[in-house]
Amino acid sequence: MRAVDALMECLKAEGVDVVFGLPGGANLPTYDAFVDGGIRHILVRHEAGGGHAAEGYAKATGKVGVAFATSGPGATNLITPICDAMMDSVPVVFITGQVRTELLGTDGFQEADTIGITMPVVKHSFMIQQPQELPRAIHEAFHIARTGRPGPVLVDIPMDLSRAEIAYEPVSDVRLPGYQPRVEGNQKQIRQAAKAFASAQRPVIYAGGGIVNANAAEELTEFVRSDRFPVTCTLMGLGAFPAPDPQWLGMLGMHGTRAANYAMDEADLICAVGARFDDRITGKLSEFAPRAKFIHIDVDPAEISKNVPAHIPIVGDAKHVLAKLLVEYRAIGADPARLDAWWSRIEGWREKYPLAYEDSADAEIKPQYMVQALFEATGGEAIVTSDVGQHQMWAAQYYDFPQPRRWINSGGLGTMGFGLPAAMGAAVGCPDRLVCCIAGDGSVQMNAQELATCAQNNTPIKVFIMNNGYLGMVRQWQELFWDGRYSQVDMGEFPDFVKLAEAYGVTGMRLEDKRTLVDDMKRAIATDGPVLVDVRVTREENTYPMIPAGQAAREMVG
Amino acid sequence: MGEPGTKAPLSLEELEASSNLRTGRKHVLSILVENKSGVLTRIAGLFARRGFNIDTLTVGPTEDEQISRVTLTVDGALHPIDQVTKQLHKLVNVLKIRDLEPNDTVARELALFKVAADGVQRGELMQIAEIFRGKVVDVTKRAVIIEVTGTTDKIEAFENMVRPFGLIEMMRTGEIAISRGRSET
Repeated sequence: MRAVDALMECLKAEGVDVVFGLPGGANLPTYDAFVDGGIRHILVRHEAGGGHAAEGYAKATGKVGVAFATSGPGATNLITPICDAMMDSVPVVFITGQVRTELLGTDGFQEADTIGITMPVVKHSFMIQQPQELPRAIHEAFHIARTGRPGPVLVDIPMDLSRAEIAYEPVSDVRLPGYQPRVEGNQKQIRQAAKAFASAQRPVIYAGGGIVNANAAEELTEFVRSDRFPVTCTLMGLGAFPAPDPQWLGMLGMHGTRAANYAMDEADLICAVGARFDDRITGKLSEFAPRAKFIHIDVDPAEISKNVPAHIPIVGDAKHVLAKLLVEYRAIGADPARLDAWWSRIEGWREKYPLAYEDSADAEIKPQYMVQALFEATGGEAIVTSDVGQHQMWAAQYYDFPQPRRWINSGGLGTMGFGLPAAMGAAVGCPDRLVCCIAGDGSVQMNAQELATCAQNNTPIKVFIMNNGYLGMVRQWQELFWDGRYSQVDMGEFPDFVKLAEAYGVTGMRLEDKRTLVDDMKRAIATDGPVLVDVRVTREENTYPMIPAGQAAREMVG
Repeated sequence: MGEPGTKAPLSLEELEASSNLRTGRKHVLSILVENKSGVLTRIAGLFARRGFNIDTLTVGPTEDEQISRVTLTVDGALHPIDQVTKQLHKLVNVLKIRDLEPNDTVARELALFKVAADGVQRGELMQIAEIFRGKVVDVTKRAVIIEVTGTTDKIEAFENMVRPFGLIEMMRTGEIAISRGRSET
């Protein structure tokens, strides 16, 4: 069979049920194989939309997402999703067409050095040099993408090789001598960690996206509840511990709660699990958690002690390590009463500094209220995706996620235009779930073309644009840190999102009245097929609380 | 435990306990990689994007044709060596990394010096070369080319000696290194 027919067999063997992509010259053989390949293909309108859809699919389902593109511009359009998947550890396999081997290096039509361009932002990549290498490369790509710390893997296939005849035999093993992720965790270290917990007076568990990736939410929850440990989640970890909860401090970091950030600041023991001490978490590194000892659990050894030196490093998968930690901790039988003083301190912060905003007295919709209204309209049961900016932070603050894989956003790279295609991917992967996107009016325009894809496939995503007519987060920073000198942040009233929706064949709605907002949102959700809702919110509202960039948690404002 | 400079290959287990310290000395990393296209680019790219400086780098075949050896030197005063090696370990084509212990390692570099030398100077120059066990590999009326092998220190010392004669050109290979004794590098 042709190498591309073998490719279809490999994808099926990997359990792929859907791919997102766009054909072009260099992957014509691949698209010919799709005709009889038995794999659902969703034709996107821009490769970036396809890449983010594959990410959304992967994040919602826990399976590997797949995106296809042609050579040259098709591949370069994938760079942002690839980089996004790298930063947020999302398992996605990207398969790109390449010019014929005889044209490689000649600046042929639609030739780009895809392997070279993507090298800094992939977990690994394969350039196919012999057609019979393809099946093994595909399986190894999936293996690398999904195991260890997940991430993007790219396979680049020159056109002449993709149509070449090969003797296909199913591949059942991988041969990757240089790739052996450690998942178990060192037992001695885990015991040390349990002891540290037992003697800690002011412990905090700082849980990140690694918990979600490792499907370790249950293990985390059980460990947190094995004593009265306070727990906070990163932006990527929301849902890893069910919110709200008495032991849940809210999100930490730049726009986290004061309770979470102050607890980190005063803790004597911080246990980071699947988190990487990003600058949005630590603020000023030299003043970060000055009294704390650190336990750092991560499947990627390079994250440990990268930014903050760990006292008890544990390389391993969160699921395995937390389960063992629970056993070790229970065996010690620590006295929960030692945490009384710590909890009364935390409760003090909680009481004094709850997440709050000044609500409007009239019809005006405050952006924070919009998120609360959506929570109410969805019963807190939706998968929520977001773009990047103020709306993302408000969504993270005001929508409580009871389970992992309910909150899908671009954290590390901070990619505007992520939310809508990611919602599409999530909805394709989880057809029985309600999928909503909280979008920014700036962000949503960066991949609005995928509304056509949603309309064509009747993918029933509900997109709620938090429309303040600004690039809101940039405006906020200009207001706070650049003397209010607004520069290129006013988006005006363009486009008319309702008309845009209708042009794409999607239901469009505009909501401007707070008093009916919940019911109107319910109406949008009950509408069949994709819906784009333009929610007009307060124009100049700031996201608070906030740790100004480069400052310490104690210096939170707002 | 994972201290840079230990003799054993840096396994992930050992890397667990290492910390982000600067050691303040030169490190010779001996890296076995799969002999596949693009591997050197991956290593060089990793160093560039993480802001690590490679002082010297050599690549060559090993006794196994599917495996190549990269020997590179990094300044441990400027860079956290454990972070360098951990990041290298993440490359799928990297098989093994050893941070060679200076006292337990034989390291050599080859250098070629083209030195201005006419008449009287030539004799003195050749004497110096002899002391350093260098070899004169080419002589013309105006210049000689001298080949020197040895440790980096020795080559630097030789350079200092011949520079006053008029050093026209110098080329160095960068160090290759192998561990002493029976065990594999």
